[in-house]
Amino acid sequence: MRLIAAMSGGVDSAVAAARAVEAGHEVIGVHLALSSNPQKYRSGARGCCTVEDSHDARRAADVVGIPFYIWDMAQEFHEGVVENFLSEYAAGRTPNPCLRCNEKIKFAAVLDRARAMGFDGVVTGHYANTRQGPMGKTLHRAIDISKDQSYVLSVLTVEQIQGAIFPLGDTEKVDIRKEAAARGLSVANKPDSHDICFVPSGDNAGWLHDRLGSEVGPIVDQDGTVIGKHKGAYTYTIGQRKGLGLTIPTPDGSPRFVLKIEPKTNTVVVGAREDLAITKMFGENPVWCGPAVTSTPTEGFVQIRAHGEPLRCTYFFDGSKLVAHLDSELLGLATGQAMVIYDGDRVVGSATVCETQA
Amino acid sequence: MSVYLDHAATTPMVDVAVSAMTTQLVHLGNPSSLHTPGRASRKAIEQARESLALEIGCAPSEIIFTASGTEANNTALKGLYWKGKSTGRNVVVISSIEHHAILDPAEWLSDHEGAEVISIGVTKDGVLDISQLTQLLTHRGDEIAVISVMHSNNETGVLQSISEVVALASLHSIPVHCDGVQSFKKVPLSFSELGLTALSLSAHKIGGPLGVGILVLKRGYEIPALLHGGGQEREIRSGTLNAPAIVGFAAAASSQYPSTKIQPLRDELIAGILKVVPDAYINGGGDRLPGIVNATFPGTESDTLLLLLDAQGIAASTGSACSAGVQRPSHVLLAMGHTDKSARSSLRFSLGATSTREEIDTVISVLPGVIERARAANLR
Repeated sequence: MRLIAAMSGGVDSAVAAARAVEAGHEVIGVHLALSSNPQKYRSGARGCCTVEDSHDARRAADVVGIPFYIWDMAQEFHEGVVENFLSEYAAGRTPNPCLRCNEKIKFAAVLDRARAMGFDGVVTGHYANTRQGPMGKTLHRAIDISKDQSYVLSVLTVEQIQGAIFPLGDTEKVDIRKEAAARGLSVANKPDSHDICFVPSGDNAGWLHDRLGSEVGPIVDQDGTVIGKHKGAYTYTIGQRKGLGLTIPTPDGSPRFVLKIEPKTNTVVVGAREDLAITKMFGENPVWCGPAVTSTPTEGFVQIRAHGEPLRCTYFFDGSKLVAHLDSELLGLATGQAMVIYDGDRVVGSATVCETQA
Repeated sequence: MSVYLDHAATTPMVDVAVSAMTTQLVHLGNPSSLHTPGRASRKAIEQARESLALEIGCAPSEIIFTASGTEANNTALKGLYWKGKSTGRNVVVISSIEHHAILDPAEWLSDHEGAEVISIGVTKDGVLDISQLTQLLTHRGDEIAVISVMHSNNETGVLQSISEVVALASLHSIPVHCDGVQSFKKVPLSFSELGLTALSLSAHKIGGPLGVGILVLKRGYEIPALLHGGGQEREIRSGTLNAPAIVGFAAAASSQYPSTKIQPLRDELIAGILKVVPDAYINGGGDRLPGIVNATFPGTESDTLLLLLDAQGIAASTGSACSAGVQRPSHVLLAMGHTDKSARSSLRFSLGATSTREEIDTVISVLPGVIERARAANLR
């Protein structure tokens, strides 16, 4: 096959490209420039968007022995990921930008462009697997569960999965680093990136503050009694306990947690730990990674964080929303997060949480 | 077959330059040393200087060797500004289509030295707007420290009317610097006939080696230095002279640029492009360099075109790339009235001494398929 390898400048995408070449594919390396004003140097555990990272990607492509280009996706990234991130926070939800990036950039803008240019698919260094089976090509968890990225890939449609190649899904990360060193890739020991790549300082709340402003508003309890002030509702997440700055203690001295963020009234609602508990979640804009979920309740697992525990549930599609009923209570779930359904290690599909119920 | 159409970026060294340079490489001796081997190196440099002076139309003593055209541009623009500033002239005038090696030092002078930079626009054809310059000189001529206009544009190949600029400037005693990097040896260019104060040249654009350039600076016209040290070049440029590269530069300059072969090939390329891509158009009008074709292919993006052409073994180029390697819309095309989008749909093909008809035919034969794919891949 003729493939585009998306090369971030990190160790994973470098080894993925090398493996694709070894598997006999014709591979071209592409680094995505996602910022129109890239920083010169990588700092800490952030990002893939600096000049230094594009240099690392170029050198990895040299070692692998493939052509290398930089594609300017800054505009697409800004519109599809950064603006979405801001508007979701402004609406009181907690978005996952990595998921949006996979959905709108890596396996949409890049894959579409690659296909139009005569390529068959996109290779990335994501830790996930695909398998051919009776359901066609399906998406599965990686062998290395601690690095598994199937959660952030759960927005891929069947069509997109067709064009996605994940050469690292069968290997533990520690072995990928060894392999990179053996291949002479200078990025073998480059630190993993964790934080949001377009927040160069790593200070998420500060970054949001600079862009959305900080309108001080009330922190209220469930009766509506004002018990404190917040510094901008969007910097809080559901289930958050620390940093609320409340001076009025609860009658029994128990801690308070963020229960709800109401952007229209700029209010943060807090309450007791047990008030966070939910058993039902509803997701909008579902995407199916294989056969569509039907209205028939089915047993499986739902995962609500990138590296969270899969929770046993019964799931179905009610015609407009993906619904999951949990077998046991869950404390704190922010709307805006992705709910990803698994059948064993297979990704069934995902949706964006829009509502929860006790 | 591999096709190289990026000669304006750099072009293969000519055989005489390779041979002159490799001969000199094994000769020991710092040209500034007083002993016999030192004098031998110095002699080779001075012979090269004299031979280059003949080609440039200047006195040998007017040649200051630098490490690049960029260094020559920086030395000239900053030096002439500082010299003018000391007599109360604070304005730097450039054209809007200058190479970054002029744009960026001008911006630096504005940011760090308090210079007022005025950029003169160009017509749709990419030719300097002389009336705008005339008006400016009429009103503020005695405030201007330096005027810098390129001899021909590196992206479009459009020739600029330097003699007109010099004539206007001389009415107000303003020194004129000219970036002649793309024009040297390709079209007639004489330092003395143009009446310039300063001229920048580069070896690797004419079949000489990388790493050597020239600032021609009028005899007796002294400017502050950027590099201080041994004072080798008129106290304006210090650093041990690069004898092998200088000798290679002179050898390249003494060989003929085959314009009569290149220009017809360029015209064939233009005709071919317009035939197989009917809505394509060529940027730049009037007199142009014999080897540059700048074309816009509506509905495409240049970085996609580059990749697809590269995959077919064809090397072409776009406008300037930033340090991260991201393609930016060309400031030259924007100055000529392009939109961001049309500027991003443009490519430069540049021919050189080694260009062949087969290369042009190959480009024309693959172009329709490349354009079709690039249009399909255009997401914006």
